[in-house]
Amino acid sequence: MDFLRPTTWEEALAAKADQPEAVPIQGGTDVMVEINFDVRRPVALLDLNQVRELHDVELVDGVQRVGAGVPYVRVIEELGGALPGLAQASRTVGSPQIRNRASVGGNLGAASPAGDSHPPLLAGDAVIEVESRDRGVRLIPAADFYLGVKRSALEPDELIRAFRMKPAEGPQYFSKVGTRNAMVIAVCSFAVALHPSERRVGTGIGSAAPTPRRALEAEAFMAAELDWDARLDPAVLKRFGELCAQAASPIDDVRGTADYRRHALAVMARRTLTWAWNDYRKARAA
Amino acid sequence: MRGTPEVITAPGVGGVGDSPPRPDGTLKVTGEFAYASDLWIDGMLWGATLRSPHPRARIVSIDTTEALAQPGVHAVLTHEDVPGRRHYGLDHTWDQPVLAIGEVRHQGEPIALVAADHPETARRALARIAIEWEVLEPLTDARRAAFDPSYPQVQERPNPARHQPVRVGDVEAARRLAEVVVSGTFEVGIQDQAFLGPESGLAVPAEDGGVDLYVATQWMHNDLKQIGPCLGLTEEKIRMTLSGVGGAFGGREDLSMQIHAAMLAMRTGRPVKMVYDRRESFFGHVHRHPAEMRYEYGALSTGEILYADVEILLDGGAYTSATLNVVGNAASLGVGPYEIPNVSIDAYGVYTNNPPCGAMRGFGAVQACFAYESMMDKLAAACGIDPVEIRQINAASQGTRLATGQVLWAPLPMAEMLEQARTLPLPAPLDATDIRNLPGGASQTTHGEGVRRGVGYGVGLKNICFSEGYDDYSTARVSLEVIGGEATALVHTAAAEVGQGLVTVEAQIARTELGIERVVIHPADNQVGDAGSSSASRQTYMTGGAVKAACEAVRERLFERLDHDDLALAGGKIVSASAGVIASIEEVLGDDVIEETREYHHEPTTGMDKESGQGDSHTQLALCVHRAVVDVDVELGLVKVVELAAVQDVGRIINRLSLEGQIHGGSAQGLGLAVMEEIVVRDGVVRNPSFTDYLIPTIQDMPPMRLEILENADPRAPYGLRGAGEPPTLSSTPAIVAAIRDATGLALTRVPVRPEHITGR
Ligand SMILES: Cc1cc2nc3c(=O)[nH]c(=O)nc-3n(C[C@H](O)[C@H](O)[C@H](O)COP(=O)(O)OP(=O)(O)OC[C@H]3O[C@@H](n4cnc5c(N)ncnc54)[C@H](O)[C@@H]3O)c2cc1C
Repeated sequence: MDFLRPTTWEEALAAKADQPEAVPIQGGTDVMVEINFDVRRPVALLDLNQVRELHDVELVDGVQRVGAGVPYVRVIEELGGALPGLAQASRTVGSPQIRNRASVGGNLGAASPAGDSHPPLLAGDAVIEVESRDRGVRLIPAADFYLGVKRSALEPDELIRAFRMKPAEGPQYFSKVGTRNAMVIAVCSFAVALHPSERRVGTGIGSAAPTPRRALEAEAFMAAELDWDARLDPAVLKRFGELCAQAASPIDDVRGTADYRRHALAVMARRTLTWAWNDYRKARAA
Repeated sequence: MRGTPEVITAPGVGGVGDSPPRPDGTLKVTGEFAYASDLWIDGMLWGATLRSPHPRARIVSIDTTEALAQPGVHAVLTHEDVPGRRHYGLDHTWDQPVLAIGEVRHQGEPIALVAADHPETARRALARIAIEWEVLEPLTDARRAAFDPSYPQVQERPNPARHQPVRVGDVEAARRLAEVVVSGTFEVGIQDQAFLGPESGLAVPAEDGGVDLYVATQWMHNDLKQIGPCLGLTEEKIRMTLSGVGGAFGGREDLSMQIHAAMLAMRTGRPVKMVYDRRESFFGHVHRHPAEMRYEYGALSTGEILYADVEILLDGGAYTSATLNVVGNAASLGVGPYEIPNVSIDAYGVYTNNPPCGAMRGFGAVQACFAYESMMDKLAAACGIDPVEIRQINAASQGTRLATGQVLWAPLPMAEMLEQARTLPLPAPLDATDIRNLPGGASQTTHGEGVRRGVGYGVGLKNICFSEGYDDYSTARVSLEVIGGEATALVHTAAAEVGQGLVTVEAQIARTELGIERVVIHPADNQVGDAGSSSASRQTYMTGGAVKAACEAVRERLFERLDHDDLALAGGKIVSASAGVIASIEEVLGDDVIEETREYHHEPTTGMDKESGQGDSHTQLALCVHRAVVDVDVELGLVKVVELAAVQDVGRIINRLSLEGQIHGGSAQGLGLAVMEEIVVRDGVVRNPSFTDYLIPTIQDMPPMRLEILENADPRAPYGLRGAGEPPTLSSTPAIVAAIRDATGLALTRVPVRPEHITGR
């Protein structure tokens, strides 16, 4: 097995272009597990840990640009204010050891339907910045990034450079159901983000469909029905929950039943929206 | 050679009743402890095991030629290469093939072995073994296996593996007198020991044609009784040394890689190491028997129970393993620590093609305890009596006759213990401002919405040591000599330190009995007599008893050298009651070595009558009471156990630190069974053989515990002690489920309780 260790982003892109079958490795918390379990035997590993650029967190034209290699622990510590939904999701990933190593870039690279960063990225309108040596940068909206179970829009010669997301202009919440109180893969998860300037509610569903996805009908319903100047109408809240649940296409598996997942999504959608709405009203009143 | 155990030169300090820290503690925390998986010898080969993907299939043919032709592969073995007896098994059942012979009876059954230069080469070679299968429909219906004579047989031994009835009084007559009748069917899923150190060991071929085995196991001498005949070797030709054990909980009572590694070593003439990975470990050991239990109790409206009518069905999987004893425990303890005048219990253990089940902490008694404690709560509700009170009304106590007719000779203050559990201060009300306090924790599923608190109680009675007439004993060799000017005792036993802290206790006992400071512990091996298993909560009792007896014998020999009859040892001195300090031990001992070996046998037990189950089948019984407080998110079905309080009678505290560790650990394992731990099986196939999906409690799931430890001595036991490792595993599960019921109002008849059981979908 070749072990490639580029030290700059350019070298990394060149290595990937020259050897598209090389498997990038950042925190290694997915890659090493797969190798250990013999799920795959890559001919080459492309170690991105020396590439400084991937650790950058910057504000570019009012948009947060977060390097693919930034570990969850930094998302929690540095981005809790700007990207609260993602920070909450990061807080639920694995254990402290995992959060020290693992990255949002790796979560995107793995593109598991159960990845915890995906719902807040979807709800917050994140854009994934990918690049190849020969074709340059592509900006892929999160909603277009996930193509199937563990399949993404990333091309074999491309690497993920960063994700971009506007700092939250309204409350955001993330919620994840698991059958123990820590270190658990989501049975299902949900993220909500209020975008008051657009009078829009963003959503993201995890672990309840072949890919992470938005609850588009629920979002459209809220765009039409939500009265941004009033208390939350219980009927609207209920309908929101139902539509979020309907947006999922869950399966029965060893972690939970499809029925339970739908039920839990409705509950989480109602609860997170209520929290967000209360925060929003409180902030406006202040 | 690396990773082999060494003499433990500093096994803590202090005597019986002290709490010295453990010699392995720091090493384990810093990652330096040598587990069996760390064993290494230059020139060794790596063994690997080919296992069946099918729960039931005929092997039409096996072709190993391609595997054997791989570079780096030194041997590929099948059942034809087993040098001796081709079956092994616990309790003289000899029903489990060393390697599958013509058919497989459970998923993961070993079929062939490979030895190669590198573990990866060995694994790849496994993939080149060609097997032609005739896949058969697995026999997975435990009920049919027990009761339907037309159900096909799983193996040569017929179903059921054991049926043990217990009959007391006249249930039919009592039924007519009952004013309140409650019934229920309860289920327990398959729990796994989930020890962290996977099965591993090293076999080194010896010049005498024998083999040196270094393995992580629970009971070396019982291993040997099976390994010897299968390898065609007499026991002297097998030198066995216990290597670092990373937890056991019953899962190492059956053999795993022992015979396999030895076969490969004997064939290749090279040392062979085998280490299972986590997935293989899930197939490499037996699990806790799943159970289906039908209970009916009749009582007076005052809460006094008149009769119990019980059927317990335990699925043992394809081979016998510990099933016979598991059935015995379930039958004899089927109604727990309650006085019930009329009892009918039928416990069955059956063979199926489901995963093989055997020993796990509290076996047989754990399953029954969930059912009988659930029944006590049901009865309390039906009578309108408080759950603690209904238990007190029917509580056993010293002098009570159990369902088997056995009289509880030792103190058993159950009603008082329940009172103590009830009156302990309750934890503070929920503080919902920190989401980590809530069900779901940092996953933020609630800010307090839907959360309800519940309180529940559980009581469990566990037999300590081996039962049903087994001649249970342990052996210890203790020598005393002057080393570097200081009297030093060397304690040598075959008892397995599996993480419970036994070596510390052995040293404490030697210090107390010999009045010295310096004690060293010899590695456990088979160069000393049998110590029995590190199971049934028995080692402090049995090996502790043997060490005590050997020390007493050494002491006697020392005293024989002096002309006094009122001697004692204290502070390194020989002290006469009449004449004061006589001499130091060093002075009296000089250059001599005093060595004594003693066997310790507990009070004998009897079998259970085949028809009535009557008999004094247990030598000691120990009780634990739990109170559980839970917060349940009733809308999402998520549970946070807020507090577990335990009241346990241990007879005598030998080492408080280790004891508390046992109660914490046992309670945590019971918590796991209550709310998350299950090997999920469909059509005989395990669906979650990994720690990704077989969940065990984390520190966020296991709450702080309040412990009340009582010391009502058992006059028959060394120091009056009671075995302590298992009782808390029994009672914490039903206490937690009772608390969830209290919070939700649901019936909850199955463990583990899953979120969808609470939400109803
Ligand atoms: C014990 C444990 C617990 C876990 N718990 C959780 C959890 O609770 N929630 C959760 O979502 N996940 C969890 N995971 C999975 C894993 O930690 C996450 O998916 C994590 O985000 C992966 O990040 P990483 O940096 O370690 O990725 P790596 O393992 O380094 O890579 C993951 C994938 O992304 C690709 N990749 C990495 N960087 C790039 C890049 N710059 N460009 C292109 N491709 C790239 C890799 O080739 C690989 O396919 C857990 C894993 C473990 C071992």
